[in-house]
Amino acid sequence: MSDPTNNSNSADYGWSWWYLLLLAQFIPALWVSSYNRAEPAWIGMPFFYWYQLALVFICAAVTAFVYFVTQSRRT
Amino acid sequence: MQDINWVALIVFVALFAFITWLGFAAAHWRRGDLDVLHEWGLGGRRFGTIIAWFLIGGDLYTAYTFIAVPALAFGAGAIAFFAVPYTIMIYPILFIVFPRLWAVSQKHGYITPADFVRGRFGNRWLALAITITGIVATMPYIALQLVGLQVVIGGLGIVGTGFVGDLPLIIAFVILAAFTYSSGLRAPAAIAIVKDTLIYITAFTAVIVIPYQLGGFDKIFAAVPATKLLLAPPPANSTGSYGIYASLAFGSALALFLYPHSLTGILSASSGHAVRRNAALLPAYSFMLGLLALLGFMAIALGLDKLPEYAAGFKAFSNNFAVPALFLNQFPSWFVGVAFAAIGIGALVPAAIMSIAAANLFTRNVYREFIHAGCSDREEAQMAKWVSLVVKLGALIFILALDTQYAIQLQFLGGIWIIQTLPALIIGLYTRWFNPWALLIAWFIGTAAGTWMWATATPAFTAVYALTIGGWTIPHYTAVSTLLLNLVVAAVLTPLFNMMGEKPVDETLASDYAM
Repeated sequence: MSDPTNNSNSADYGWSWWYLLLLAQFIPALWVSSYNRAEPAWIGMPFFYWYQLALVFICAAVTAFVYFVTQSRRT
Repeated sequence: MQDINWVALIVFVALFAFITWLGFAAAHWRRGDLDVLHEWGLGGRRFGTIIAWFLIGGDLYTAYTFIAVPALAFGAGAIAFFAVPYTIMIYPILFIVFPRLWAVSQKHGYITPADFVRGRFGNRWLALAITITGIVATMPYIALQLVGLQVVIGGLGIVGTGFVGDLPLIIAFVILAAFTYSSGLRAPAAIAIVKDTLIYITAFTAVIVIPYQLGGFDKIFAAVPATKLLLAPPPANSTGSYGIYASLAFGSALALFLYPHSLTGILSASSGHAVRRNAALLPAYSFMLGLLALLGFMAIALGLDKLPEYAAGFKAFSNNFAVPALFLNQFPSWFVGVAFAAIGIGALVPAAIMSIAAANLFTRNVYREFIHAGCSDREEAQMAKWVSLVVKLGALIFILALDTQYAIQLQFLGGIWIIQTLPALIIGLYTRWFNPWALLIAWFIGTAAGTWMWATATPAFTAVYALTIGGWTIPHYTAVSTLLLNLVVAAVLTPLFNMMGEKPVDETLASDYAM
Protein backbone atom coordinates (compact mmCIF):
# COMPACT_ATOMS: atom_id res chain seq x y z
CA MET A 1 0.00 0.00 0.00
CA SER A 2 1.15 3.52 -0.65
CA ASP A 3 2.29 5.82 2.12
CA PRO A 4 -0.06 8.35 3.76
CA THR A 5 1.32 11.39 1.92
CA ASN A 6 0.53 9.69 -1.37
CA ASN A 7 -2.97 9.00 -0.21
CA SER A 8 -3.74 12.59 0.60
CA ASN A 9 -2.48 13.60 -2.82
CA SER A 10 -4.47 11.03 -4.70
CA ALA A 11 -7.70 12.54 -3.36
CA ASP A 12 -7.04 15.52 -5.65
CA TYR A 13 -8.49 14.08 -8.82
CA GLY A 14 -10.49 11.38 -7.11
CA TRP A 15 -14.17 11.62 -6.32
CA SER A 16 -15.85 14.50 -4.57
CA TRP A 17 -19.54 14.58 -3.67
CA TRP A 18 -19.68 18.05 -5.21
CA TYR A 19 -19.32 16.33 -8.59
CA LEU A 20 -22.92 15.17 -8.27
CA LEU A 21 -23.82 18.80 -8.80
CA LEU A 22 -21.92 18.70 -12.09
CA LEU A 23 -23.57 15.49 -13.22
CA ALA A 24 -26.99 16.87 -12.23
CA GLN A 25 -26.61 19.24 -15.20
CA PHE A 26 -27.29 16.26 -17.44
CA ILE A 27 -30.89 16.03 -16.22
CA PRO A 28 -32.29 19.34 -17.53
CA ALA A 29 -30.17 18.98 -20.67
CA LEU A 30 -31.51 15.51 -21.53
CA TRP A 31 -35.12 16.06 -20.44
CA VAL A 32 -36.20 17.22 -23.87
CA SER A 33 -39.97 17.11 -23.32
CA SER A 34 -39.63 19.68 -20.52
CA TYR A 35 -38.44 22.37 -22.90
CA ASN A 36 -39.83 21.49 -26.34
CA ARG A 37 -42.39 24.31 -26.27
CA ALA A 38 -42.79 27.77 -27.75
CA GLU A 39 -44.27 29.58 -24.74
CA PRO A 40 -43.31 31.58 -22.78
CA ALA A 41 -41.35 33.40 -25.46
CA TRP A 42 -38.74 35.96 -24.51
CA ILE A 43 -37.67 38.89 -26.75
CA GLY A 44 -39.35 37.03 -29.56
CA MET A 45 -37.42 33.80 -28.94
CA PRO A 46 -39.47 30.62 -28.35
CA PHE A 47 -38.92 28.96 -24.96
CA PHE A 48 -37.03 26.04 -26.58
CA TYR A 49 -34.22 28.37 -27.65
CA TRP A 50 -33.82 30.86 -24.83
CA TYR A 51 -34.16 28.17 -22.16
CA GLN A 52 -31.27 26.14 -23.54
CA LEU A 53 -29.10 29.22 -23.95
CA ALA A 54 -29.90 30.20 -20.35
CA LEU A 55 -29.00 26.68 -19.27
CA VAL A 56 -25.49 27.21 -20.67
CA PHE A 57 -25.03 30.13 -18.28
CA ILE A 58 -26.44 28.29 -15.29
CA CYS A 59 -24.27 25.24 -15.91
CA ALA A 60 -21.15 27.36 -16.39
CA ALA A 61 -21.89 29.04 -13.05
CA VAL A 62 -22.37 25.67 -11.36
CA THR A 63 -19.08 24.39 -12.80
CA ALA A 64 -17.27 27.50 -11.59
CA PHE A 65 -18.86 27.09 -8.17
CA VAL A 66 -17.73 23.47 -7.93
CA TYR A 67 -14.24 24.51 -9.03
CA PHE A 68 -13.93 27.01 -6.19
CA VAL A 69 -15.48 24.74 -3.58
CA THR A 70 -13.25 21.75 -4.38
CA GLN A 71 -10.26 24.05 -4.70
CA SER A 72 -10.59 25.67 -1.27
CA ARG A 73 -11.46 22.39 0.44
CA ARG A 74 -8.02 21.06 -0.39
CA THR A 75 -5.98 23.99 0.84
CA MET B 1 -22.46 32.98 -59.10
CA GLN B 2 -21.69 36.49 -57.92
CA ASP B 3 -18.55 38.20 -59.16
CA ILE B 4 -15.39 38.18 -57.11
CA ASN B 5 -15.89 40.37 -54.06
CA TRP B 6 -12.57 42.24 -54.20
CA VAL B 7 -12.80 44.15 -50.93
CA ALA B 8 -13.71 41.01 -49.02
CA LEU B 9 -11.03 39.05 -50.84
CA ILE B 10 -8.31 41.57 -49.95
CA VAL B 11 -9.26 41.59 -46.25
CA PHE B 12 -9.42 37.78 -46.32
CA VAL B 13 -5.98 37.43 -47.94
CA ALA B 14 -4.44 40.02 -45.60
CA LEU B 15 -5.66 38.15 -42.51
CA PHE B 16 -4.45 34.88 -44.00
CA ALA B 17 -1.03 36.38 -44.64
CA PHE B 18 -0.90 37.54 -41.03
CA ILE B 19 -1.68 34.12 -39.58
CA THR B 20 0.80 32.50 -41.97
CA TRP B 21 3.53 34.71 -40.55
CA LEU B 22 2.25 33.99 -37.05
CA GLY B 23 2.29 30.24 -37.68
CA PHE B 24 5.97 30.27 -38.60
CA ALA B 25 6.92 32.77 -35.90
CA ALA B 26 5.26 30.52 -33.31
CA ALA B 27 8.24 28.14 -33.56
CA HIS B 28 10.16 30.63 -31.40
CA TRP B 29 7.36 31.06 -28.86
CA ARG B 30 8.19 29.59 -25.44
CA ARG B 31 11.15 28.09 -27.15
CA GLY B 32 11.68 24.39 -26.88
CA ASP B 33 13.56 21.71 -28.77
CA LEU B 34 11.20 20.96 -31.67
CA ASP B 35 13.14 17.79 -32.44
CA VAL B 36 11.48 16.14 -29.45
CA LEU B 37 7.95 14.84 -29.90
CA HIS B 38 6.37 16.30 -26.77
CA GLU B 39 7.73 19.74 -27.73
CA TRP B 40 6.56 19.57 -31.35
CA GLY B 41 3.37 17.64 -30.72
CA LEU B 42 2.27 19.02 -27.33
CA GLY B 43 3.92 22.43 -27.23
CA GLY B 44 6.04 21.21 -24.31
CA ARG B 45 2.92 20.97 -22.08
CA ARG B 46 3.39 24.60 -21.21
CA PHE B 47 0.09 26.30 -22.09
CA GLY B 48 -1.51 28.04 -19.11
CA THR B 49 -5.23 28.55 -18.56
CA ILE B 50 -5.70 31.34 -21.10
CA ILE B 51 -3.73 29.91 -24.01
CA ALA B 52 -5.28 26.51 -23.33
CA TRP B 53 -8.70 28.16 -23.44
CA PHE B 54 -8.04 29.55 -26.90
CA LEU B 55 -6.40 26.33 -28.06
CA ILE B 56 -9.06 23.91 -26.81
CA GLY B 57 -11.86 26.26 -27.88
CA GLY B 58 -10.26 26.67 -31.29
CA ASP B 59 -9.84 22.93 -31.47
CA LEU B 60 -13.38 21.85 -30.51
CA TYR B 61 -15.45 24.55 -32.19
CA THR B 62 -14.31 24.02 -35.73
CA ALA B 63 -15.04 25.88 -38.94
CA TYR B 64 -17.21 23.03 -40.02
CA THR B 65 -19.28 23.44 -36.85
CA PHE B 66 -19.84 27.09 -37.64
CA ILE B 67 -21.00 26.19 -41.14
CA ALA B 68 -22.86 22.95 -40.46
CA VAL B 69 -24.85 23.76 -37.32
CA PRO B 70 -26.56 26.84 -38.84
CA ALA B 71 -26.95 24.84 -42.07
CA LEU B 72 -28.78 22.14 -40.13
CA ALA B 73 -30.99 24.78 -38.48
CA PHE B 74 -31.64 26.25 -41.92
CA GLY B 75 -32.56 22.89 -43.43
CA ALA B 76 -34.03 20.85 -40.57
CA GLY B 77 -34.81 23.40 -37.82
CA ALA B 78 -34.89 22.76 -34.07
CA ILE B 79 -32.89 19.51 -34.13
CA ALA B 80 -29.74 21.57 -34.84
CA PHE B 81 -29.97 22.98 -31.34
CA PHE B 82 -28.88 19.61 -29.90
CA ALA B 83 -25.44 21.20 -30.10
CA VAL B 84 -26.38 23.24 -27.01
CA PRO B 85 -27.21 20.42 -24.54
CA TYR B 86 -24.26 18.57 -26.07
CA THR B 87 -21.85 21.31 -25.11
CA ILE B 88 -23.50 21.62 -21.68
CA MET B 89 -22.61 18.00 -20.96
CA ILE B 90 -19.02 18.00 -22.20
CA TYR B 91 -17.69 20.28 -19.47
CA PRO B 92 -18.67 18.22 -16.43
CA ILE B 93 -16.91 15.32 -18.17
CA LEU B 94 -13.86 17.46 -18.86
CA PHE B 95 -13.83 18.71 -15.27
CA ILE B 96 -14.15 15.36 -13.53
CA VAL B 97 -12.30 12.93 -15.79
CA PHE B 98 -9.55 14.62 -17.73
CA PRO B 99 -7.36 16.14 -15.03
CA ARG B 100 -6.68 12.50 -14.14
CA LEU B 101 -5.55 11.76 -17.68
CA TRP B 102 -3.44 14.91 -17.66
CA ALA B 103 -1.73 13.89 -14.42
CA VAL B 104 -0.96 10.31 -15.41
CA SER B 105 0.25 11.41 -18.85
CA GLN B 106 2.56 13.99 -17.33
CA LYS B 107 4.02 11.44 -14.96
CA HIS B 108 4.70 8.80 -17.61
CA GLY B 109 5.36 11.00 -20.61
CA TYR B 110 2.26 9.82 -22.45
CA ILE B 111 1.49 11.84 -25.57
CA THR B 112 -1.46 9.93 -27.01
CA PRO B 113 -4.53 8.13 -25.61
CA ALA B 114 -3.05 4.85 -26.84
CA ASP B 115 0.12 5.52 -24.79
CA PHE B 116 -2.03 5.58 -21.68
CA VAL B 117 -3.96 2.43 -22.61
CA ARG B 118 -0.67 0.64 -23.35
CA GLY B 119 0.74 1.59 -19.97
CA ARG B 120 -2.42 0.95 -18.00
CA PHE B 121 -3.44 -2.38 -19.50
CA GLY B 122 -0.06 -3.62 -20.74
CA ASN B 123 -1.55 -4.85 -24.02
CA ARG B 124 -0.07 -3.54 -27.26
CA TRP B 125 -2.94 -4.90 -29.38
CA LEU B 126 -5.54 -3.03 -27.38
CA ALA B 127 -3.37 0.07 -27.76
CA LEU B 128 -3.21 -0.58 -31.51
CA ALA B 129 -7.02 -0.75 -31.67
CA ILE B 130 -7.20 2.62 -29.89
CA THR B 131 -4.62 4.03 -32.31
CA ILE B 132 -6.34 2.84 -35.48
CA THR B 133 -9.72 4.05 -34.26
CA GLY B 134 -8.26 7.45 -33.44
CA ILE B 135 -6.57 7.90 -36.81
CA VAL B 136 -9.51 6.62 -38.86
CA ALA B 137 -12.02 8.78 -36.97
CA THR B 138 -9.83 11.87 -37.36
CA MET B 139 -9.31 11.66 -41.13
CA PRO B 140 -12.85 12.60 -42.25
CA TYR B 141 -12.87 15.30 -39.58
CA ILE B 142 -9.85 16.95 -41.20
CA ALA B 143 -11.53 16.61 -44.59
CA LEU B 144 -14.59 18.43 -43.27
CA GLN B 145 -12.44 21.35 -42.16
CA LEU B 146 -11.35 21.71 -45.76
CA VAL B 147 -15.03 21.70 -46.74
CA GLY B 148 -15.53 24.68 -44.43
CA LEU B 149 -12.68 26.43 -46.20
CA GLN B 150 -14.07 25.52 -49.62
CA VAL B 151 -17.44 27.06 -48.78
CA VAL B 152 -16.02 30.46 -47.79
CA ILE B 153 -13.67 30.52 -50.78
CA GLY B 154 -16.74 29.89 -52.93
CA GLY B 155 -18.51 32.67 -51.03
CA LEU B 156 -15.76 35.11 -52.00
CA GLY B 157 -16.77 34.49 -55.60
CA ILE B 158 -13.76 32.41 -56.55
CA VAL B 159 -15.10 29.61 -58.63
CA GLY B 160 -13.65 27.65 -61.47
CA THR B 161 -13.33 24.18 -62.70
CA GLY B 162 -10.41 21.82 -62.52
CA PHE B 163 -7.07 22.85 -61.13
CA VAL B 164 -7.75 26.60 -61.15
CA GLY B 165 -10.90 26.16 -59.11
CA ASP B 166 -9.09 24.02 -56.57
CA LEU B 167 -6.04 26.29 -56.41
CA PRO B 168 -7.11 28.45 -53.42
CA LEU B 169 -7.75 25.35 -51.34
CA ILE B 170 -4.40 23.89 -52.35
CA ILE B 171 -2.61 27.13 -51.40
CA ALA B 172 -4.33 27.19 -48.01
CA PHE B 173 -3.38 23.57 -47.54
CA VAL B 174 0.29 24.18 -48.36
CA ILE B 175 0.40 27.05 -45.84
CA LEU B 176 -1.20 24.83 -43.21
CA ALA B 177 1.14 21.93 -43.88
CA ALA B 178 4.25 24.11 -43.84
CA PHE B 179 3.65 25.88 -40.55
CA THR B 180 2.48 22.71 -38.83
CA TYR B 181 5.63 20.95 -39.98
CA SER B 182 7.92 23.70 -38.75
CA SER B 183 6.20 24.86 -35.54
CA GLY B 184 4.12 21.91 -34.37
CA LEU B 185 1.35 22.60 -31.86
CA ARG B 186 2.68 26.08 -31.14
CA ALA B 187 1.36 27.23 -34.53
CA PRO B 188 -2.33 26.40 -34.01
CA ALA B 189 -2.05 27.65 -30.39
CA ALA B 190 -0.88 31.08 -31.57
CA ILE B 191 -3.30 31.22 -34.48
CA ALA B 192 -6.21 30.10 -32.29
CA ILE B 193 -5.97 33.42 -30.42
CA VAL B 194 -6.52 35.32 -33.68
CA LYS B 195 -9.14 32.89 -34.91
CA ASP B 196 -11.24 32.93 -31.76
CA THR B 197 -11.10 36.72 -31.50
CA LEU B 198 -12.33 37.01 -35.10
CA ILE B 199 -15.03 34.38 -34.50
CA TYR B 200 -16.31 36.14 -31.39
CA ILE B 201 -16.42 39.49 -33.20
CA THR B 202 -18.25 37.91 -36.13
CA ALA B 203 -20.73 35.93 -34.05
CA PHE B 204 -21.73 38.75 -31.73
CA THR B 205 -21.94 41.25 -34.57
CA ALA B 206 -24.13 38.83 -36.51
CA VAL B 207 -26.56 38.09 -33.69
CA ILE B 208 -26.90 41.75 -32.75
CA VAL B 209 -26.86 43.47 -36.13
CA ILE B 210 -28.87 41.03 -38.24
CA PRO B 211 -31.89 40.70 -35.89
CA TYR B 212 -31.85 44.49 -35.61
CA GLN B 213 -31.94 44.86 -39.37
CA LEU B 214 -34.66 42.25 -39.65
CA GLY B 215 -36.83 43.89 -36.99
CA GLY B 216 -36.21 41.67 -33.99
CA PHE B 217 -36.23 37.99 -33.10
CA ASP B 218 -40.02 37.75 -33.28
CA LYS B 219 -39.88 38.60 -36.99
CA ILE B 220 -37.17 35.98 -37.55
CA PHE B 221 -38.96 33.19 -35.69
CA ALA B 222 -42.30 34.15 -37.27
CA ALA B 223 -40.75 33.33 -40.66
CA VAL B 224 -39.65 29.84 -39.57
CA PRO B 225 -42.19 27.18 -40.59
CA ALA B 226 -43.93 25.52 -37.61
CA THR B 227 -42.43 22.11 -38.47
CA LYS B 228 -38.92 23.53 -38.04
CA LEU B 229 -39.60 25.69 -35.00
CA LEU B 230 -39.89 22.88 -32.45
CA LEU B 231 -39.18 19.15 -32.38
CA ALA B 232 -42.06 17.01 -33.59
CA PRO B 233 -43.76 15.36 -30.57
CA PRO B 234 -43.11 11.60 -30.64
CA PRO B 235 -45.83 9.36 -32.14
CA ALA B 236 -47.40 6.60 -30.02
CA ASN B 237 -45.00 3.85 -28.89
CA SER B 238 -41.95 5.72 -30.01
CA THR B 239 -39.41 7.99 -28.35
CA GLY B 240 -39.32 9.86 -31.66
CA SER B 241 -37.40 13.08 -32.05
CA TYR B 242 -36.92 13.49 -28.28
CA GLY B 243 -34.84 10.34 -28.13
CA ILE B 244 -32.87 11.39 -31.17
CA TYR B 245 -32.21 14.85 -29.75
CA ALA B 246 -31.16 13.61 -26.31
CA SER B 247 -29.05 10.69 -27.56
CA LEU B 248 -27.28 12.86 -30.13
CA ALA B 249 -26.38 15.33 -27.39
CA PHE B 250 -25.34 12.65 -24.91
CA GLY B 251 -23.41 10.43 -27.32
CA SER B 252 -21.61 13.37 -28.91
CA ALA B 253 -20.64 14.63 -25.46
CA LEU B 254 -19.18 11.26 -24.48
CA ALA B 255 -17.34 10.97 -27.79
CA LEU B 256 -15.83 14.44 -27.96
CA PHE B 257 -12.89 14.06 -25.61
CA LEU B 258 -12.05 10.64 -26.98
CA TYR B 259 -10.97 12.22 -30.25
CA PRO B 260 -7.19 12.40 -30.38
CA HIS B 261 -7.18 16.10 -31.21
CA SER B 262 -9.22 16.93 -28.09
CA LEU B 263 -6.70 15.03 -25.99
CA THR B 264 -3.81 16.79 -27.67
CA GLY B 265 -5.35 20.09 -26.60
CA ILE B 266 -5.91 18.89 -23.04
CA LEU B 267 -2.47 17.33 -22.64
CA SER B 268 -0.76 20.51 -23.83
CA ALA B 269 -2.11 22.39 -20.79
CA SER B 270 0.43 23.25 -18.13
CA SER B 271 -1.46 21.61 -15.26
CA GLY B 272 -4.55 19.63 -14.33
CA HIS B 273 -5.87 22.80 -12.73
CA ALA B 274 -5.61 24.62 -16.04
CA VAL B 275 -7.79 21.87 -17.54
CA ARG B 276 -10.28 22.26 -14.70
CA ARG B 277 -10.44 26.04 -14.96
CA ASN B 278 -11.08 25.63 -18.67
CA ALA B 279 -14.08 23.43 -17.96
CA ALA B 280 -15.62 26.43 -16.23
CA LEU B 281 -14.50 28.96 -18.87
CA LEU B 282 -15.12 27.08 -22.12
CA PRO B 283 -18.96 27.31 -21.97
CA ALA B 284 -18.52 30.81 -23.41
CA TYR B 285 -18.04 28.99 -26.71
CA SER B 286 -21.20 26.94 -26.16
CA PHE B 287 -23.25 30.07 -25.82
CA MET B 288 -21.74 31.42 -29.01
CA LEU B 289 -22.47 28.17 -30.85
CA GLY B 290 -26.12 28.42 -29.78
CA LEU B 291 -26.27 31.96 -31.10
CA LEU B 292 -24.66 30.86 -34.35
CA ALA B 293 -27.29 28.15 -34.81
CA LEU B 294 -29.83 30.96 -34.93
CA LEU B 295 -28.10 32.28 -38.05
CA GLY B 296 -29.78 29.43 -39.91
CA PHE B 297 -33.17 30.87 -38.98
CA MET B 298 -32.09 34.34 -40.08
CA ALA B 299 -31.21 32.83 -43.45
CA ILE B 300 -34.71 31.32 -43.60
CA ALA B 301 -36.31 34.67 -42.69
CA LEU B 302 -34.43 36.37 -45.53
CA GLY B 303 -35.31 33.59 -47.97
CA LEU B 304 -31.71 33.53 -49.13
CA ASP B 305 -31.96 30.25 -51.05
CA LYS B 306 -34.56 31.86 -53.30
CA LEU B 307 -32.45 34.86 -54.26
CA PRO B 308 -30.87 34.50 -57.71
CA GLU B 309 -27.45 35.85 -56.64
CA TYR B 310 -26.95 32.94 -54.22
CA ALA B 311 -28.53 30.21 -56.35
CA ALA B 312 -25.18 28.97 -57.62
CA GLY B 313 -23.72 28.90 -54.11
CA PHE B 314 -26.60 26.84 -52.74
CA LYS B 315 -26.34 24.58 -55.76
CA ALA B 316 -22.63 23.99 -55.15
CA PHE B 317 -22.65 23.71 -51.34
CA SER B 318 -26.36 23.12 -50.57
CA ASN B 319 -27.40 24.27 -47.07
CA ASN B 320 -23.78 24.80 -46.07
CA PHE B 321 -23.99 28.00 -48.09
CA ALA B 322 -26.58 29.49 -45.68
CA VAL B 323 -24.04 31.24 -43.45
CA PRO B 324 -21.83 32.66 -46.22
CA ALA B 325 -24.95 33.86 -48.06
CA LEU B 326 -26.24 35.51 -44.89
CA PHE B 327 -22.98 37.38 -44.36
CA LEU B 328 -22.80 38.45 -48.01
CA ASN B 329 -26.38 39.65 -47.81
CA GLN B 330 -26.15 41.55 -44.53
CA PHE B 331 -22.60 42.78 -44.04
CA PRO B 332 -20.49 45.39 -45.85
CA SER B 333 -17.79 43.82 -48.02
CA TRP B 334 -14.88 44.51 -45.67
CA PHE B 335 -16.67 42.77 -42.82
CA VAL B 336 -17.55 39.85 -45.08
CA GLY B 337 -13.78 39.50 -45.48
CA VAL B 338 -13.30 39.44 -41.70
CA ALA B 339 -16.11 36.94 -41.16
CA PHE B 340 -14.95 34.62 -43.93
CA ALA B 341 -11.37 34.81 -42.66
CA ALA B 342 -12.67 33.85 -39.20
CA ILE B 343 -14.22 30.71 -40.67
CA GLY B 344 -11.28 29.98 -42.97
CA ILE B 345 -8.70 30.37 -40.20
CA GLY B 346 -11.13 28.46 -38.03
CA ALA B 347 -10.61 25.55 -40.39
CA LEU B 348 -6.83 25.67 -40.22
CA VAL B 349 -6.52 25.55 -36.42
CA PRO B 350 -8.38 22.27 -35.85
CA ALA B 351 -6.98 20.77 -39.06
CA ALA B 352 -3.46 21.45 -37.77
CA ILE B 353 -4.19 19.99 -34.33
CA MET B 354 -5.93 16.95 -35.82
CA SER B 355 -3.04 16.21 -38.14
CA ILE B 356 -0.59 16.58 -35.24
CA ALA B 357 -2.72 14.24 -33.10
CA ALA B 358 -2.89 11.63 -35.86
CA ALA B 359 0.86 11.97 -36.43
CA ASN B 360 1.59 11.53 -32.72
CA LEU B 361 -0.56 8.39 -32.70
CA PHE B 362 1.07 6.81 -35.73
CA THR B 363 4.57 7.64 -34.59
CA ARG B 364 4.23 6.59 -30.96
CA ASN B 365 1.89 3.67 -31.21
CA VAL B 366 2.60 2.15 -34.60
CA TYR B 367 6.10 3.24 -35.67
CA ARG B 368 7.83 3.10 -32.30
CA GLU B 369 5.78 0.17 -31.03
CA PHE B 370 5.78 -2.14 -34.04
CA ILE B 371 8.25 -0.93 -36.66
CA HIS B 372 11.32 0.73 -35.18
CA ALA B 373 11.38 0.25 -31.42
CA GLY B 374 14.88 1.65 -30.98
CA CYS B 375 14.29 4.97 -32.74
CA SER B 376 15.83 8.07 -31.19
CA ASP B 377 13.74 11.00 -29.93
CA ARG B 378 14.89 12.96 -32.94
CA GLU B 379 13.83 10.25 -35.39
CA GLU B 380 10.51 10.00 -33.61
CA ALA B 381 9.79 13.74 -33.93
CA GLN B 382 10.93 13.71 -37.58
CA MET B 383 8.62 10.81 -38.37
CA ALA B 384 5.69 12.66 -36.76
CA LYS B 385 6.37 15.73 -38.90
CA TRP B 386 6.29 13.66 -42.07
CA VAL B 387 3.15 11.82 -41.01
CA SER B 388 1.37 15.13 -40.33
CA LEU B 389 2.01 16.02 -43.98
CA VAL B 390 0.76 12.67 -45.26
CA VAL B 391 -2.42 12.90 -43.18
CA LYS B 392 -3.25 16.36 -44.53
CA LEU B 393 -2.45 15.34 -48.09
CA GLY B 394 -4.82 12.41 -47.69
CA ALA B 395 -7.60 14.71 -46.50
CA LEU B 396 -6.99 17.13 -49.37
CA ILE B 397 -7.11 14.42 -52.02
CA PHE B 398 -10.25 13.04 -50.41
CA ILE B 399 -12.03 16.38 -50.65
CA LEU B 400 -10.84 17.20 -54.16
CA ALA B 401 -11.53 13.77 -55.61
CA LEU B 402 -14.75 12.77 -53.88
CA ASP B 403 -18.12 14.31 -53.13
CA THR B 404 -18.45 16.17 -49.80
CA GLN B 405 -21.28 13.81 -48.91
CA TYR B 406 -18.81 10.96 -48.37
CA ALA B 407 -16.77 12.98 -45.89
CA ILE B 408 -19.94 13.79 -43.93
CA GLN B 409 -21.05 10.15 -43.90
CA LEU B 410 -17.62 8.99 -42.75
CA GLN B 411 -17.66 11.66 -40.07
CA PHE B 412 -20.88 10.09 -38.72
CA LEU B 413 -19.16 6.72 -38.72
CA GLY B 414 -16.10 8.22 -37.02
CA GLY B 415 -18.23 9.31 -34.06
CA ILE B 416 -19.61 5.79 -33.69
CA TRP B 417 -16.10 4.34 -33.88
CA ILE B 418 -14.38 6.71 -31.48
CA ILE B 419 -16.92 6.14 -28.70
CA GLN B 420 -15.88 2.47 -28.66
CA THR B 421 -12.61 3.55 -27.03
CA LEU B 422 -14.45 4.91 -23.97
CA PRO B 423 -14.26 1.75 -21.81
CA ALA B 424 -10.48 1.49 -22.14
CA LEU B 425 -9.76 5.20 -21.94
CA ILE B 426 -12.26 6.83 -19.57
CA ILE B 427 -13.22 3.88 -17.39
CA GLY B 428 -9.57 2.86 -17.52
CA LEU B 429 -8.72 6.10 -15.74
CA TYR B 430 -10.67 4.87 -12.72
CA THR B 431 -10.24 1.11 -12.72
CA ARG B 432 -8.44 -1.63 -14.56
CA TRP B 433 -11.07 -4.15 -13.59
CA PHE B 434 -11.70 -4.89 -17.28
CA ASN B 435 -9.43 -7.48 -18.85
CA PRO B 436 -7.56 -5.99 -21.86
CA TRP B 437 -8.49 -8.90 -24.15
CA ALA B 438 -12.14 -8.52 -23.14
CA LEU B 439 -11.88 -4.80 -23.93
CA LEU B 440 -10.34 -5.59 -27.31
CA ILE B 441 -13.08 -8.04 -28.32
CA ALA B 442 -15.79 -5.70 -26.99
CA TRP B 443 -14.23 -2.84 -28.98
CA PHE B 444 -14.37 -4.99 -32.10
CA ILE B 445 -17.99 -6.02 -31.56
CA GLY B 446 -19.10 -2.46 -30.78
CA THR B 447 -17.31 -1.16 -33.87
CA ALA B 448 -18.68 -3.90 -36.13
CA ALA B 449 -22.25 -3.48 -34.87
CA GLY B 450 -21.99 0.31 -35.18
CA THR B 451 -20.70 0.06 -38.74
CA TRP B 452 -23.49 -2.31 -39.70
CA MET B 453 -26.17 -0.07 -38.14
CA TRP B 454 -24.66 2.94 -39.88
CA ALA B 455 -24.79 1.20 -43.25
CA THR B 456 -28.33 -0.11 -42.83
CA ALA B 457 -29.91 2.96 -41.20
CA THR B 458 -32.65 4.92 -42.97
CA PRO B 459 -31.35 6.87 -44.78
CA ALA B 460 -28.29 4.69 -45.21
CA PHE B 461 -24.85 5.81 -43.93
CA THR B 462 -26.19 8.02 -41.17
CA ALA B 463 -25.80 7.84 -37.41
CA VAL B 464 -29.45 7.61 -36.33
CA TYR B 465 -30.83 4.08 -36.17
CA ALA B 466 -34.37 3.03 -35.23
CA LEU B 467 -34.25 0.13 -32.81
CA THR B 468 -37.46 -1.81 -32.11
CA ILE B 469 -37.79 -3.33 -28.64
CA GLY B 470 -41.04 -4.82 -27.33
CA GLY B 471 -43.33 -2.80 -29.56
CA TRP B 472 -41.43 0.45 -28.96
CA THR B 473 -39.52 2.19 -31.68
CA ILE B 474 -36.44 3.96 -30.42
CA PRO B 475 -34.68 6.04 -33.04
CA HIS B 476 -31.38 7.09 -31.47
CA TYR B 477 -27.75 8.00 -32.03
CA THR B 478 -26.07 4.69 -32.91
CA ALA B 479 -22.99 5.55 -30.84
CA VAL B 480 -24.99 5.26 -27.60
CA SER B 481 -26.47 1.79 -28.12
CA THR B 482 -23.25 0.31 -29.52
CA LEU B 483 -21.33 1.70 -26.54
CA LEU B 484 -23.77 -0.12 -24.26
CA LEU B 485 -23.21 -3.32 -26.24
CA ASN B 486 -19.46 -2.80 -25.95
CA LEU B 487 -19.67 -2.37 -22.16
CA VAL B 488 -21.86 -5.43 -21.69
CA VAL B 489 -19.54 -7.62 -23.77
CA ALA B 490 -16.48 -6.34 -21.93
CA ALA B 491 -18.11 -7.01 -18.56
CA VAL B 492 -19.18 -10.54 -19.52
CA LEU B 493 -15.83 -11.53 -21.03
CA THR B 494 -13.63 -10.05 -18.31
CA PRO B 495 -14.13 -12.87 -15.74
CA LEU B 496 -13.61 -15.46 -18.50
CA PHE B 497 -10.30 -13.99 -19.63
CA ASN B 498 -9.19 -13.48 -16.05
CA MET B 499 -9.56 -17.22 -15.51
CA MET B 500 -7.39 -17.94 -18.54
CA GLY B 501 -4.30 -16.17 -17.29
CA GLU B 502 -2.57 -13.49 -15.29
CA LYS B 503 -3.27 -9.87 -16.08
CA PRO B 504 -0.27 -7.97 -17.42
CA VAL B 505 1.43 -5.41 -15.19
CA ASP B 506 -0.07 -1.95 -14.76
CA GLU B 507 2.75 0.57 -14.96
CA THR B 508 0.67 3.34 -13.36
CA LEU B 509 0.10 3.84 -9.63
CA ALA B 510 -3.00 5.23 -7.96
CA SER B 511 -1.00 8.29 -6.95
CA ASP B 512 -0.07 8.99 -10.61
CA TYR B 513 -3.61 10.19 -11.23
CA ALA B 514 -3.22 13.13 -8.90
CA MET B 515 -1.03 16.19 -9.23
